[in-house]
Amino acid sequence: MKRDIRYGAVMSRKNEILRRGTGIDYQRYEISPISFDYEGLMASSQYSLEEAQRILKETGVGNTALVELKNITKLVRSVSPPGKGGRIFIKDEAANPSGSFKDRRAGVSIYQAAQLGYKGVVAASSGNYGAAVASQAAKRGLKAIILQEVYDSRKVGQPEILEKTRACEAYGAEVWQLTVGPELFYIMLRVLEETGFYSASLYVPTSILGIETLGYELAQQVLQQEGRYPDMVVITHAGGGNITGTARGLMRAGSNQTAVVGVSVDLRGLHMASDHDFNRKSFTTGHTGFGIPFLTFPDRTDVPRNCARGLRYLDRYVFTSQGEVFYTTELLARLEGIQRGPAGNTSLAGAMALARELDQEQILVVQETEYTSAGKLPSSQITFAKENGILVKRGDPGENIPGKVIVIPERAGQIRVEEMDLQKVRQSHIRNILEAAKPYLPTKEDIQFIAEDSRSNVGFLQETMKAMKVKEAAPD
Amino acid sequence: MADARKDDLVQIHQVVLEPNQRPDTLPECTKSVPYECWVKGFLLNGEATIGEEVRIETFIGREITGTLVSVNPTYDHGFGYPQKELLSIGREVRKGGVER
Repeated sequence: MKRDIRYGAVMSRKNEILRRGTGIDYQRYEISPISFDYEGLMASSQYSLEEAQRILKETGVGNTALVELKNITKLVRSVSPPGKGGRIFIKDEAANPSGSFKDRRAGVSIYQAAQLGYKGVVAASSGNYGAAVASQAAKRGLKAIILQEVYDSRKVGQPEILEKTRACEAYGAEVWQLTVGPELFYIMLRVLEETGFYSASLYVPTSILGIETLGYELAQQVLQQEGRYPDMVVITHAGGGNITGTARGLMRAGSNQTAVVGVSVDLRGLHMASDHDFNRKSFTTGHTGFGIPFLTFPDRTDVPRNCARGLRYLDRYVFTSQGEVFYTTELLARLEGIQRGPAGNTSLAGAMALARELDQEQILVVQETEYTSAGKLPSSQITFAKENGILVKRGDPGENIPGKVIVIPERAGQIRVEEMDLQKVRQSHIRNILEAAKPYLPTKEDIQFIAEDSRSNVGFLQETMKAMKVKEAAPD
Repeated sequence: MADARKDDLVQIHQVVLEPNQRPDTLPECTKSVPYECWVKGFLLNGEATIGEEVRIETFIGREITGTLVSVNPTYDHGFGYPQKELLSIGREVRKGGVER
């Protein structure tokens, strides 16, 4: 029998396709239309942290160097108040096999796919994750299909994404280069159904577990080298997995007092599904276009329940700009002799502003770097920006306008971050959960769940419910 | 004359969804254009010309059909041009006291 592969027909088979593709029965962890057993789902892979470390070590993932950026710290101190300017360290994740921390995120999942007997894996990613899946699949003898959003309707692609196509094909993957649109998910379902392959979603438990090894490792390294835990860990934020995994790993290591700060490049105002806006951004990830929706509605993704829940772990969320990331990329190369790509340099740009708040003996860790190359370099991305009508100039980065003007700072003291009000993020997270569940009314247990999921409290939740005119369900 | 022969590395193109098959929730500029894709692989036909419907075997051995658009396709992303907004940053910060 030939299956109906039209859009509506495939989408209606979503749950069945994903259950077969992930090997996870999400239904088992559902409690109500609002609540689910998050820790139960996280434990479903049955791998311990030690097993995850061993699995990753088999393919050369992890155990990356922790490097103190002494010259950048010195520069930051020169523009900080007296006594201020914390020590900045980076975790050089570019040393992983495919060049980013995403190898940790893919490694445990691909191992599990092989254990479960899948012949191949499918991932939807225009970034480093696709390359990591392709690389891990090559090592484990599995086939890989990577689906990428690459081109606008003129067939113009951002250089960084074209580089990811090249990398995935270098590792032997079949790559689908698609135009702009959320229908990527439809193609993913179609390909999963056609092949019976494993769905290497970014948001399954094994993906987050892999990242926990990063948080754990960096806390241990700082403790061993410096005799204390880090005071602040700064994390580039897009889908929330990096924050979730790193924060959980820090806690496992006992680094409970560490402030967890997310950083995204400010691209507010650009529509992520817009063919016109697509090539008006320089970076493909680590920006607010993913960062905000994934905090306020994590379950709107390619799995029924998303294990990346950044809001549970964030202490602060700040924005930087493309121009500040380009400037920081130059500093890292010129002052530290380390040339790396924009993903980690997004959190490094944020760190240059955040370190000015810390005392000089305090320790701040930027927890990733990524490889750089043709397509990822500032020269390549600024050339592309100018070709697409973006004005690029030196000046005060406060004059940055997403999609229109990129402002590269004139001096280090101009680097700043804009604080996102997390209470507002919590409020929209709560609203989204309650709206999606309507007409269902939340029970006491649901209210407890939402409070945990938004890292707020029952009182704050009740206020939000009152403003929305949503009542609590009457007890049975 | 044929543009490609059997086993040549080629790129094919497909229109996945016509504009009227795309979700109504999309922004107008996206909804008004087709949803397209490109895939690379080895030509299975004996020979073919650009624009012809062909079958390919992808890098993982799957067979896919589409319109032949390119033979021995290259990667043309590069390092870009030197950018004046970046070129002086290294010297500026070294003057700022970091130099030992």
